[in-house]
Amino acid sequence: MKYALYPGCAAKGAAPELYQATQKVIDRLGIAVTELTDFNCCGAGVISEADPDLAYTLNARTLATAEKWGLNIMTLCGTCQGVLGAANKALQTDEALRERINKALYTATGLTYQGSVMVKHLQWILVKDFGLERLQPFITHPLTELSVAPFYGCYMLRPASTTGFDDWEDPSSLEKLIRGVGAQPVEYEGRAKCCGFPVFIEREEIALGMVGERIADAQKKGGEIMVTPCPLCHMSLDIYQSRAEEKLRSTGQADATLNMPILHLPQLLGLAMGFSHSELGMNRHLTATGAF
Amino acid sequence: MRVQLTVRKSNPERGGLPYFQDYSVEAGRGTSLLSALLKIKEEVDGTLTFRASCRAAICGSCLMQVNGIQKLACKTPLQEEFRRHGKITVGPMANMPVIKDLVVRMDPFWEKIKAITPYVKQKPEPSPPEQLQNLHEQLHNADGCIMCGACLSACPSFEVSPRFLGPAALAKSYRFQVDPRDGTHADRLQALQEPDGIWDCVRCNFCVQVCPKDVQPMEQIIRLRRMSLTTGLSQSVPARHITEFIKVVKEEGRLNEVRLPILMTWGHWGKMLRIFPLGLKMLFHGKVPFPFKWLPGRQAIRAIFDIQSKRNRV
Repeated sequence: MKYALYPGCAAKGAAPELYQATQKVIDRLGIAVTELTDFNCCGAGVISEADPDLAYTLNARTLATAEKWGLNIMTLCGTCQGVLGAANKALQTDEALRERINKALYTATGLTYQGSVMVKHLQWILVKDFGLERLQPFITHPLTELSVAPFYGCYMLRPASTTGFDDWEDPSSLEKLIRGVGAQPVEYEGRAKCCGFPVFIEREEIALGMVGERIADAQKKGGEIMVTPCPLCHMSLDIYQSRAEEKLRSTGQADATLNMPILHLPQLLGLAMGFSHSELGMNRHLTATGAF
Repeated sequence: MRVQLTVRKSNPERGGLPYFQDYSVEAGRGTSLLSALLKIKEEVDGTLTFRASCRAAICGSCLMQVNGIQKLACKTPLQEEFRRHGKITVGPMANMPVIKDLVVRMDPFWEKIKAITPYVKQKPEPSPPEQLQNLHEQLHNADGCIMCGACLSACPSFEVSPRFLGPAALAKSYRFQVDPRDGTHADRLQALQEPDGIWDCVRCNFCVQVCPKDVQPMEQIIRLRRMSLTTGLSQSVPARHITEFIKVVKEEGRLNEVRLPILMTWGHWGKMLRIFPLGLKMLFHGKVPFPFKWLPGRQAIRAIFDIQSKRNRV
């Protein structure tokens, strides 16, 4: 089991703890990776808004490199997974598009992409390729009695035509992993909704509204911590949590308190494998992760 | 097979809290949720209230929440729904005021449709007929909307910001934006730049997923954004989110989380002041990356940008 690791900009930028925790967990599990060290940004759905072909070509470069290595890609970021995965599907199924993009890619880089690579998020790899049963012996410090709110992130689920791992109407892979580490998944309405990240700077009030709704909803249903496979959701829910609380208080919910540690998926697994908070980079979070 | 159908009932006018009522129904092959609801109303509970008309996914009346997802009752096969979710829970459309049981007020939806001037404002001179021949392709199915409200009800931006124009109205706006007979394209696009317009979409794909007619509202919103950029409406903060993002990735190969917010908010000092304290906090928590990165592959990445921008100029 070996993959070409596509860390994504966040794990190599504002969420270094995701990269750190992933290394710990996959090393322990024996999942081998070769890192795409000079990878480019997937475009995060932003580049394609202006120029879809540019975004396709950037992603074709990533896919072609993994193809050259004969490896499938492991992503760590829900958004990378959604964008790179959708580009891959389009390049695999639309021959005219592949030809057009390959022409540009070849001129720019000397690479071409034939369509043989699969793009899989760590979450999906753990559930399917690695398997939950095989994971069990590694769970030396099960998080029993901990109620964990799963937060999927849009790009892990929609559009279903290109994501296709979970049933988007009723996803379950994150819940399976939460149970896998001995904890209890929390059922709440917001688990498949948006975190507000894309409008973070331009429309802060919308982003704050979403962060507040999601966390208050999960807290009400008994969630003690929240876990997400997307570092952009993590950023929104972690960094904006105190402001979301202020907003809730200023809009009639005077006693609203948001206090929800947000974990990256490999941090949750790492805790159950016995790694310490600092080994998993949890000291970098803005919302205190507490002692659980 | 027999399945249990759980319906969220309420009558806000009479007061009292919403409650869930169970009904046992026969779900044969091809039985739709709507036919089950009609049977319940005829034979079991005459008080059960819902809207329905055409029974063929044309009128858009019977939109409701089925297991938490916006669906047309007439287009939802009961057996498949039960197999997929292991239960069938039905409620009124989310984010709309409930009148009774599964019936909601659609006013928020219609107000938004009205707000985008949903008709052609004719140019003084008639369009040449050949322009109209290929119109259907340019519309990208934006004219397929049956006004059921699924997209607006599912929209998380609308949920927290009720003034947002929302997916259906914006998709309709796109439809007029590409209609060659309309003489107000520039004004229409300008109006959509305001808060509550095209830039409030978070690209969550909910509207694309729940639309029963494959209108793909989010894709139409993205087309409107692209049009804004190419027609010079590119200096707002959200527009610069795109243009500066591209600039950073072209120069560095990756997103630089330090540079992008500064470039986006340059000149919009209020916004910059809002993000500054967060940037400081992130810095103290070791979440601000070293701002200068030199990737070994940056020449190849830049070459991709150069080739694609040359194509755009052609």
